[in-house]
Amino acid sequence: MSSVETVRRPRPKGGGAAGAQSLFWRVSWLRPLVLLTPPVGWFVVIYLAALVTLLITAFWTIDPFTTQIVQSWNLDNFRIIITDSTYWSIIGRTVGIATLVTATDAVLAFPFAYFMARVATRRVQTLLFAAVLLPLWASYLARVYAWILILNHSGVLNWSLQSIGLPPANIGYTNTAMWLVFSYIWLPFMIIPVYAALERVPESLMEASADLGARRWQTLRDVVLPLAAPGVVAGSIFTFSLTLGDYITPILVGGASSTFIGNVVYANVGIANNIPFAAALSMVPLGIMAVYLFIAYRLGAFEAL
Amino acid sequence: MKFGAFAAAAAVVLTACGSTGTTPGSTQEQPPTATMKPQTSIGAGEGQLNLVLWDGYADKSWADPFTAATGCKLNLHPAGSSDEMVSLMKDGGGGQWDMVSASGDADLRLIYGGDVKPMNTDLIPDWQNFDNYFKGPPYNTINGIHYGISLQWGPNTLLYNKKKFPNKPTSWQVIYDSANSGLITVPDNPIQIADAALYLSKTQPSLGIKDPYELTQKQFDATVALLKQQRPLIKKYWGLATDEISLFKNGDVQVGAAWPYQTIQLKAAGAPVDDTIPSEGATGWADTWMLATKATHPNCAYMWAKWVSTPKVQAMQALSFGETPVNSKACAEMEAQQAGSCHQYHADETGAAYFDTIKFWKTPLADCGNGSKTCIPYATWVTAWTSIKG
Repeated sequence: MSSVETVRRPRPKGGGAAGAQSLFWRVSWLRPLVLLTPPVGWFVVIYLAALVTLLITAFWTIDPFTTQIVQSWNLDNFRIIITDSTYWSIIGRTVGIATLVTATDAVLAFPFAYFMARVATRRVQTLLFAAVLLPLWASYLARVYAWILILNHSGVLNWSLQSIGLPPANIGYTNTAMWLVFSYIWLPFMIIPVYAALERVPESLMEASADLGARRWQTLRDVVLPLAAPGVVAGSIFTFSLTLGDYITPILVGGASSTFIGNVVYANVGIANNIPFAAALSMVPLGIMAVYLFIAYRLGAFEAL
Repeated sequence: MKFGAFAAAAAVVLTACGSTGTTPGSTQEQPPTATMKPQTSIGAGEGQLNLVLWDGYADKSWADPFTAATGCKLNLHPAGSSDEMVSLMKDGGGGQWDMVSASGDADLRLIYGGDVKPMNTDLIPDWQNFDNYFKGPPYNTINGIHYGISLQWGPNTLLYNKKKFPNKPTSWQVIYDSANSGLITVPDNPIQIADAALYLSKTQPSLGIKDPYELTQKQFDATVALLKQQRPLIKKYWGLATDEISLFKNGDVQVGAAWPYQTIQLKAAGAPVDDTIPSEGATGWADTWMLATKATHPNCAYMWAKWVSTPKVQAMQALSFGETPVNSKACAEMEAQQAGSCHQYHADETGAAYFDTIKFWKTPLADCGNGSKTCIPYATWVTAWTSIKG
């Protein structure tokens, strides 16, 4: 394939670079080798090696007295995760909130992205783009802390409720607060892929739908939605995986029962020095994401990325 | 390789014989560095000193005069948690770090990890002026060998809103009471299990809890059960002191476990709060400057330990952090710098009677201190803490 391309290219003349060029010309596999070695090497060494190390460590344990790693193969860590109901409830909570956040963001993002892609003028579109991306320029922590100021006992929300004569809503430091904050934080990651998918829907299909007598909502349901679905799935990969792996928002806005998988991993690495258990537990979101990505792949989400 | 070194250190720990010293501190298995003889004099400074420390523990106001006097330039690495300190000090500081300002919950991990080595207290003239308890407390002194120089301490107090509690609460019972549901906050830290154990040691004497950091399985289970009952009453487990301050300020909570620092900050902000040490006593934390096994600037390290132990620097650090100095001569300095502060920070408390009411943080080990290995080690505390928080 690459040799065909090389043949079509005019042959360079003279100079040191030309020497290398003619070498590439004569040895056809050399150019892809040189081009691919850095990225593939990076992928193998940095990415796969880290994952393999993680996988291997998960089968070790620590000596409870010295907390040093004992390199004997066993399934103890996985047995604890499966038999202890605490971990089931933590995994259930994490996946549950990630799902809820993804659904919320999909519902919020679709009309917004539709307006941006199909209704707004070029000028308004640019403005909306800026509005969507602007929060990403501010620190994640600052945005979460802003929500604490809104939701806490004497915060903006309760102050507003009080001033119109309603009782205070005690949603500060609860799972509801986490759901709100996550939905807010990850919304741009849903809007952009949905927008990209909607923009690619050809105008001609909508006109054809109208010509064949479909009403606006019928066109939306039978033409636009199916074509935009891969975009929604692509966005959901971001919102779902970002929520699944987060541990900062639960610390900051969560309440007494708001532990996420990430918090347990963090506690085991940082506090207990029990890296094998942390590795075993991080296999859970890894597995969940593998299944999720497979389903997303089957739904054609990667075409919309 | 790293794991090989771990295994060797572990082997040393397990094969070393327990000695039977009668000196202060705790009597336990001999740590791996116990046989290392500390230096007997302070030589010329090396010009550098690399410190792992709590942010601000080498504040310019006392670090700059130190550098000017000794020529030791300070390179600082502030750590965010005890655990970060332990991981930075792995492998004896790796030749990179000379000293660490470790807290009691990290000390035994550093000592038994072989990461820190014995220090010669004779080289620290002010050590003689330390309150007796802090000359050889069990969290940094084992079998009479000192693995560091005590620095500062503070109790874990009961903080409460005076509007909600017009009468000073006299028992920790208020943070386990369903009447205060949704108004309670406690630290998000596995060492918090010791607070509940301390409470049970007084309220359920039949459990026989002597030391809240040395718990048998039965005592540990009872403590965890109490904390699980407490969970639904908790508004939030706080992570940073500033988080707790805003929880109290905004009225999200009315009572909780805290440090004097929070009380002082909240009072300064005009919040109607006060703190107390209830009748069951309290846990406390205490920091120690420890010397890395592979320290490359030991002379500057001893000069630093000497410097921060002087009454003046002790007082400066106490006032800058809301901590209590270990040097009994620091009280007068504190009064000179800020009148009334000596009593406010409990720095005028001396004698065993007061320190008996404070159970200082130490790393829970399987070794119960009496030769039996039936106690619950720290790793299990962390796991239990996860299940308590659910």
